[in-house]
Amino acid sequence: MSTKFKGAEIIMECLRKEGVEVIFGYPGGANLPMYDALKKYPDIKHVLVRHEQGAAHAADAYARVSGKAGVCWATSGPGATNLVTGIANAWMDSVPLVCITGQVVSWLLGRDGFQEADITGITIPIVKHNVLVLDVEDIAPAIAEAFHIATTGRPGPVLVDIPRDVQQALCEFNYPDKVDLPGYQPTVTGHPQQVKKAAQLIAESEKPLILAGHGVVIARAAEELKELAEKAQIPVITTLLGLGGFPGSNELNMGMPGMHGMYWNNIGIQEADLVIGIGMRFDDRVTGALKDFAPNAKIIHIDIDPAEIGKNVKTMVPIVGDVKKVLQQLIPQVQPARHDAWRAWFADMRAKHPSIAIPETDKILPQYVIKKIYDMSGPNAYYATGVGQHQMWAAQYFWSDNPYSFVTSGGLGTMGFEVPAAIGVQFARPKDTVWAFCGDGGFQMTMQELALCTEYELPIKFAIINNHYLGMVRQWQDTFYDGNKQSVRMFQPDFVKIAEAMGITGIRVSEKSMVESSIEAALRHPGAVLLDFEVEEAEDCFPMMPPGVSLSDTIDQPKIETRPRETAGGRAR
Amino acid sequence: MSGRLHTIVALVENRPGVLNKIANKWRQRAFNIESLTVGPSELPGLSRMTFTVDGAAHDIEQVTKQLYKVIEVVKITDVTEESIVARELALVKVATTKDNRGAVIEVVNMFRANIVDVAVDSLVIEVTGAEDKIDAMIAMLTPFGIKELVRTGRVAMVRGAQPLAAAAQTNGVYHKYRSAGEGKPKVGSLI
Repeated sequence: MSTKFKGAEIIMECLRKEGVEVIFGYPGGANLPMYDALKKYPDIKHVLVRHEQGAAHAADAYARVSGKAGVCWATSGPGATNLVTGIANAWMDSVPLVCITGQVVSWLLGRDGFQEADITGITIPIVKHNVLVLDVEDIAPAIAEAFHIATTGRPGPVLVDIPRDVQQALCEFNYPDKVDLPGYQPTVTGHPQQVKKAAQLIAESEKPLILAGHGVVIARAAEELKELAEKAQIPVITTLLGLGGFPGSNELNMGMPGMHGMYWNNIGIQEADLVIGIGMRFDDRVTGALKDFAPNAKIIHIDIDPAEIGKNVKTMVPIVGDVKKVLQQLIPQVQPARHDAWRAWFADMRAKHPSIAIPETDKILPQYVIKKIYDMSGPNAYYATGVGQHQMWAAQYFWSDNPYSFVTSGGLGTMGFEVPAAIGVQFARPKDTVWAFCGDGGFQMTMQELALCTEYELPIKFAIINNHYLGMVRQWQDTFYDGNKQSVRMFQPDFVKIAEAMGITGIRVSEKSMVESSIEAALRHPGAVLLDFEVEEAEDCFPMMPPGVSLSDTIDQPKIETRPRETAGGRAR
Repeated sequence: MSGRLHTIVALVENRPGVLNKIANKWRQRAFNIESLTVGPSELPGLSRMTFTVDGAAHDIEQVTKQLYKVIEVVKITDVTEESIVARELALVKVATTKDNRGAVIEVVNMFRANIVDVAVDSLVIEVTGAEDKIDAMIAMLTPFGIKELVRTGRVAMVRGAQPLAAAAQTNGVYHKYRSAGEGKPKVGSLI
């Protein structure tokens, strides 16, 4: 006779089968059976966050870096609703996340029981799939399906909601060997005819460009992308989430395009006669006004999600399939080429428009701090960012060769992502240096998670790029709302004292001369360190493409020598 | 929305919450569903839905692609451009008197409809056909006084031999989970 397990134990058995090493979670009434079961599964580490949003973000970042599904769980009601922002974040950035929520006992469903929230209803628009499990025998197939759906095709979050009584009911454990879903058959291999057409367009092109996105990172296709780019000598532009999908030191790497992208890229896209979108979705932050996007270019679009094809731009050759697989198909068919004139055009643009040159000044410029951190942290460091100006600078100066090492909230743009994300990254890469680039605003949204650094001995380095403003909003108010600065300057706690209160080292950096020494000290220190960089308050992020205009209207970095350097709010425009 | 009425047919797993997931995709892009019918299909565990939605072809295509991403959607097709049989059923309760009942029956016969209930002061008429036929009949009955009206919305099937599910055939077992109302009629559990 086979053994019977409690539903909660079956959940753990499933996680073990899936090779899960870490769960980010928070207990409560409706998931207590899951916590009761934890003791029997010491090989699966549970990380107690301080807010469920942190659990979702940490699991999300863990997934991005490890390449496996991230797992988080929470109790019913507020526990589940607190996950929502994190789930939406994973949804927008196609991150494989398995969320398991406790639910009120099944006979109270729909009766407004204590801590009941209809989380499967709430999350419909932001999950790849969700399911409410009402029978203990369905737990194993539901979780097997959750992992299968989350990690295959275009990855995404899956939520499994399990009432407490179902977690306590008994049944045998049978894990399905294979998941067969009639309504879910992702296309992996590109259509050979389309691949052939793409190779032909590449051969005919004189000014080709690769726009590489998150799909390259998700598919772990950096090697293939490099091979393709080098074979035909095609400049590679990486989107915000594509950063880390192509070596920064490669001379074909052109950096980021778009709203705060490199000027040469935005103009280059308008010049190109062929745009090869690889694992990206022609987001509005990349394309600018769609009607003017890449007017001279034919477009090849490689993506695993057929719904992305033709969603934003008209595509001449669509290829639906896994980026890694399609590139493997495409590379042998592509003719070696040089494109010397086209590459010279780029070199010339880059020389004339040094979009990310840093002005000489005695003040601490945020981009100076960020660049110093990149320069000093070695080739194997990982970086998580929040959202806003510091994120854009972090992206602009990220030219690392370490693949898949840049973790940021792209699609949803979730402030506060940085702190829990860095925690997730450190769990995935326990031996490597992990930096969190924090905004002083976003940091205050999730800073309670700092406590985890002490509890779990995580040596994360936090760099608060502190301009005493919600900087990006301030920049928009200055630029588009006549400098009417509203609700962008707030009372700020003493971050160094907060670090100390959380059991980690805090250093305030208010002189330029201290920047290097403080970074060095942080890197040398074996534990977590928080560096509060009091940077120039009025620094704006350039280049900038105002919303709604075309890429051609990108404003480059204002001329460095003529740049007014006033303090807060005094910028003439 | 500017465009034309599209007829979209979907085969979906008969599980709780599926209708909600599908309706959400339309709502997110601000489409108004003109009509929707749901019922069992020829495959156990699979329900068949017919939508009619007003909109431009490109927008409809985008939503259809999004709908395909709903895991429980096994097959979805816009059959607007295909050769289809499309029908709707209506029940119409018409006020009648001793004097005009004959005239009402004459209309019923003209439209090859059926009288399915008779009372002293009313008739219930059942009519099946394309929407314009039903519109025409309602127009003819309106002067008598329509007391109650219900229309099913369009159901549609492509002509010829190819079944919609042909491309989606697997092992034929689709109903994987028990629903809250296990044992109750399955169609109801969709909603």
